[in-house]
Amino acid sequence: MILTGSLTLSRRELVRFYRQRSRIIGSLAMPVIVWALLGTGLQAAFPSGMGKETREFLKYFFPGNLILTILFTSIFSTISVIEDRNEGFLQSVLVSPLSPLSLVLGKVMGGAFIALFQGLVFLTLAPLAGFHFSISELALVIFSIGSISLAMTALGFLFAWKLDSVQGFHAIMNLVLFPMWLLSGAFFPAESASAFIKPLMVINPLTYGMTSLKTAMSGVTDLSAFLVQTGVVWLFGFFFVLGSVLLVSKKREVAL
Amino acid sequence: MSKTLIQFSNVGFSYGDRIALDSLSFDIREGELFCVVGPNGGGKSTTFKILSTLLKPQSGSVSFWGIDGVKHPEKIRPELGVVFQSPALDKKLTIQENLVYHGKLYGLRGASLAKKVEDLLKRFAVFDRKDERVEKLSGGLKRRVEIAKSLISGPKLLILDEPTTGLDPVARREMWSYLDVLRKEQGISIVFTTHLMDEAESADRTLVLNQGKVVTSGTPAQLKSQMGGDVISLKTTHPEALKEEIEKKFSVPVKKVDDELRIEKMEGARFIPTLVEAFPHQILSVTLGKPTLEDLFIHLTGQRFVGGEA
Repeated sequence: MILTGSLTLSRRELVRFYRQRSRIIGSLAMPVIVWALLGTGLQAAFPSGMGKETREFLKYFFPGNLILTILFTSIFSTISVIEDRNEGFLQSVLVSPLSPLSLVLGKVMGGAFIALFQGLVFLTLAPLAGFHFSISELALVIFSIGSISLAMTALGFLFAWKLDSVQGFHAIMNLVLFPMWLLSGAFFPAESASAFIKPLMVINPLTYGMTSLKTAMSGVTDLSAFLVQTGVVWLFGFFFVLGSVLLVSKKREVAL
Repeated sequence: MSKTLIQFSNVGFSYGDRIALDSLSFDIREGELFCVVGPNGGGKSTTFKILSTLLKPQSGSVSFWGIDGVKHPEKIRPELGVVFQSPALDKKLTIQENLVYHGKLYGLRGASLAKKVEDLLKRFAVFDRKDERVEKLSGGLKRRVEIAKSLISGPKLLILDEPTTGLDPVARREMWSYLDVLRKEQGISIVFTTHLMDEAESADRTLVLNQGKVVTSGTPAQLKSQMGGDVISLKTTHPEALKEEIEKKFSVPVKKVDDELRIEKMEGARFIPTLVEAFPHQILSVTLGKPTLEDLFIHLTGQRFVGGEA
């Protein structure tokens, strides 16, 4: 029963995504544009053109770019929670026998799947940045992307449940997303961070996602280390889901 | 008398300082078409939310077929069909998908779900259009799909919140005829809220709410029998002055409602000529009517029944 309900809601997320053409165009075009602009911009900025330094920076920056894509898609997929509330769909879910856990899992899995899809689209650019994976390496990269997607979608749900307007959600999430991304190690490694920044990086869930993704993309040499890094992402995800379930059970009433 | 299906006992609910339900008690019986009517802010929305298990009462108890609905909402939910005032359909999904997905939330699946969906699509005459997306449908059709969707789980009780809001008269009639068939064929009990007094007249029993309290309740005939004969409405330029004069001269109670005067009197038709002859210049117009539920509301509360929209 938990699963049937959850799967129904996740499937609905995917159908809705597929039927909103603008979302598909956006998700396919975004990586291409990011990469084209970044590539040409860097080419102009570095005196050596598309030399070794440029390529190395592009390679360093690629996982950070990938995680940005996943982060935004995950979080903003939970806008559907607000839409469901405003369009009235949520009411009929709340009076159904569906448990709060199924509701949260359904929405989170649906959103995470869209983020995973988006991440995979971006990943097709990896060879251009100089990444080449074996099948098993690719599997770990996908596992890492999936884990980050789940955790971040759950975080988005936590915020979306409490907010009643899409505009408000955008405003708040931009405040949360950019610092999270900047402090995840996407730009600079944690080791070189200042004493003030370091603790923030430690409590940032995305830091662990970033580490997991970088480990996976550099070809996992130490599998147990990778599993621990990814495990921390799951742990964060677990707490976000738990928090969401508590919120849903606490306040079943919706604005009618 | 049929069995009690739902029992509200001293149910109270407040939003901060504003009391929405003030120790409300009433019962709904099996197979009944039950109407909760009242002006906006009267407490019917709160009653609806408690009935649909969206809201827990702060005091008192609600029993659904003997089960405590406050303690065990999860036992009640599978047996309820709920139609909200604002549409609860997914606009991006087709009619059929809306029904299928909703059925799955109630744990239905496979061939039995498919069969139920098909039956409902046919019964509600939307089978030909089952693959159309809901966003393209008219208001009346959406409401029809909405009702079909709420029936997918085979509920014991169907709860509708202001179901005719936003529907044109044709769609309204059509909706009532569907509900009527449902009741007769499947013996399903139906509760609906409305702010339109005339809709209350078609119910088996009606509960009239005002400011979170029961104004009165009963069958339409019982309600009307509480009225004293006919209702005479007078339009006049100086209602206050005329009210006093009529009361002095004829010693009948006169109610001033907005700018109108209302007199309840047996054999009102005979009284009118006397009245008009006595005050030939003050009275602009006279209307004589059989009492409606709206008159009853005025009779009992002294207020005009103000519905949100006509």
